[in-house]
Amino acid sequence: MFKTFPKGGIHPPENKLTADKAIEILPLPVQVVVPVSQHIGAPATPVVEKGASVRTGQLIAQAKGFVSVNIHSPVSGRVNKIEPVVDTSGYKQMAVVIDVEGDEWVETIDRSTTLVKEITLSREQIIERCQQCGLVGLGGATFPTHIKLTVPAGKKCDMVIINGVECEPYLTSDHRLMLEKGSEILVGASIIMKALGVEKAVVGIEGNKPDAISHLTGLAKDFKGITIQPLKVKYPQGGEKQLIKACTGREVPSGGLPLDVGVVVQNVGTAFAVYEAVQKNKPLIERVVTVTGKSVSKPGNFLVRIGTPVTDLIEAAGGMPSDTGKIVNGGPMMGKALAMTDIPVTKGTSGIIIFPEEISRRAEVMPCIRCGKCSSACAMGLEPWLISVLSEKAMFEKAEKEKITDCMECGACQYTCPAKRPLLDYIRLGKTTVIRMARERVTK
Amino acid sequence: MDKLLNVSPSPHQQSPASTRKLMYGVVIALLPALAASVYYFGLGAIIVTLTSVLACVMVEYLIQKFVLKTKPSVSDGSAVVTGLLLAFNVPSNLPVYIVIIGAIVSIGIAKMTFGGLGNNPFNPALVGRVFLLISFPVRMTSWPVPSGFRTGYADAVTGATPLGILSEGIKNGEAVSSLMDKIPSHMQMFYGRMGGSMGEVAAAALILGGIFLLWRKIITWHIPVSVLVTVVIFTGILWLINPDKYADPVFHLLTGGLMLGAIFMATDYVTSPMTHKGMIIYGAGIGIITVLIRNWGAYPEGVSFAILIMNAFVPLLNMYVKPRRFGKEVKNG
Repeated sequence: MFKTFPKGGIHPPENKLTADKAIEILPLPVQVVVPVSQHIGAPATPVVEKGASVRTGQLIAQAKGFVSVNIHSPVSGRVNKIEPVVDTSGYKQMAVVIDVEGDEWVETIDRSTTLVKEITLSREQIIERCQQCGLVGLGGATFPTHIKLTVPAGKKCDMVIINGVECEPYLTSDHRLMLEKGSEILVGASIIMKALGVEKAVVGIEGNKPDAISHLTGLAKDFKGITIQPLKVKYPQGGEKQLIKACTGREVPSGGLPLDVGVVVQNVGTAFAVYEAVQKNKPLIERVVTVTGKSVSKPGNFLVRIGTPVTDLIEAAGGMPSDTGKIVNGGPMMGKALAMTDIPVTKGTSGIIIFPEEISRRAEVMPCIRCGKCSSACAMGLEPWLISVLSEKAMFEKAEKEKITDCMECGACQYTCPAKRPLLDYIRLGKTTVIRMARERVTK
Repeated sequence: MDKLLNVSPSPHQQSPASTRKLMYGVVIALLPALAASVYYFGLGAIIVTLTSVLACVMVEYLIQKFVLKTKPSVSDGSAVVTGLLLAFNVPSNLPVYIVIIGAIVSIGIAKMTFGGLGNNPFNPALVGRVFLLISFPVRMTSWPVPSGFRTGYADAVTGATPLGILSEGIKNGEAVSSLMDKIPSHMQMFYGRMGGSMGEVAAAALILGGIFLLWRKIITWHIPVSVLVTVVIFTGILWLINPDKYADPVFHLLTGGLMLGAIFMATDYVTSPMTHKGMIIYGAGIGIITVLIRNWGAYPEGVSFAILIMNAFVPLLNMYVKPRRFGKEVKNG
């Protein structure tokens, strides 16, 4: 039975151009740029010097505190420099630049592809390994995995949801991973269950990936406590709160976290990374990235070392089309537009989408005709037209009362607006202002 | 890198819907009813419709160009819709100058003085219609009798609407059942063979347009269904109490401006609530006020007034009827 979340949502054209393209291994670049902050939290501290020679998988930056993760060298070679570079955020971040020489791995990493099912590590060891191996949420938010696996005192967790929804149009990296690394993902899910001490896991997958649903359903028979939940195709089902509601009927309270209803959500890519870290001792140094777009000549899914320039990825997909107008890092609904391609792939890069010039500009803004389509589309039950106007008029106290901070910035309202109003631009402004005001209230 | 890229915050794609497409969708949905009125009322229907649409578009263009000195936006189609709806709400033999006055009031007063598209609190076409009804009561209530396509215009044979016959008869103490002989059958009314404003008579054509609007997702079911269901329930109760004094619910559904009002006028985006809950309350209000006016008011028909009165409540409904916030009241098993 296909489930979904009850309120709101939209159905943009899926455009999954690369759904049948097997994951290709991208050749090594000549140089990688590895930012020391690829996660939410404190940047890691570099532990290598300029000129040092490093091997693939070697620690190059140490986690700073609990809300931080290690960074490893994705290649072997020599450290060229350590200096700030522009990353996907558009800001300059400290990064380790390494000139690639060969591909010599650290010996402790098991590079074989044999499936290791038996989990020998204890709960504490698993959590520690996740931080050591630099694991973060690979769905795009890059929240450190070990923190999600640590249940704070007073909270209880009784199930894990593995997010295989991939509701963003165009992106297919999770889809391919489920098809090609299904068993590994399920072992990863079992490891996450062990770390949290729960008996139950649900893998949520949208109905536009029937092959992944049937493949994983077949594999799941050999795994205790794991079920596959097919979901109706609806954006933003990959949002944590929507996915939990769809799979379990539980509703995360406003301002709360999934743990408030006893659930931890992990992306399928993260589950795979957990498998590799725990069973193979392999740090997070590569990931699958979808490179796609309607004018791209050879769109595909690529296994890429972290730090590889986006330019290399675009070359692998047949080069930059002549009609290119916009390049988006991530999905078309929530991704970030890149100002340049000379920036590195990081742990949070799930896709590179190249839009032709004619659809890369926003349409002319018309007056709001109060059709209410934005309210109908909002999966959080907000009124985007209202909080957007309140923010525009700097009425932030009112916007706070209207629950502006519940907005997850999925963009469904702006997508659906017939007057093409920049709803989310103003809502973001209001949201950051309201959060800042709330912080100031606390510190006073 | 020699090419400059466009950057903007997400989302990076937008739905193909646009204000213009929505407005022309409404125009398409009105075509069956327009065809029906041309069939029943002939040349008059064409003259009134063309005059009204052209006048509305011209008034909006002239005000934007010479009074507001802004870029004219008549191509968004909203003035065309207002023009069509105004024409649908007047008799087909209305003199051209009265139609033009209606268009000036609709667009000039009810729409542009409030700031144009999206800002008017009241449905422009209905403001125009009610203004004309009050200013030209005789002209606005002499209804040409449907007679197949004909070229007669101002000199058409006129008669009363079924609601007018009923209201007059009940005032004279006649029983509803005896009045029904003077009124077209329900089936004739369904196809539109009765006196009335040029666009409101053919329920069948209006319902066809309504299905198109629902199919194209231009409107949701909430407003039309709540208006019609409320009318059926309210008139049904009255009819069960005393069928000699009150007409049956189907009669009420098929007569007057109810179908046109419920499907096309009450669903005007700008002047209707923005939440589904609000829409249902608003629709129920329209239904109740319509039945009150029809049975106990000074006019035989009250859909226009009912919609305008409920328009006034829309800001309140938008303020107090909120969608259920996700995670607000948590009910977890």
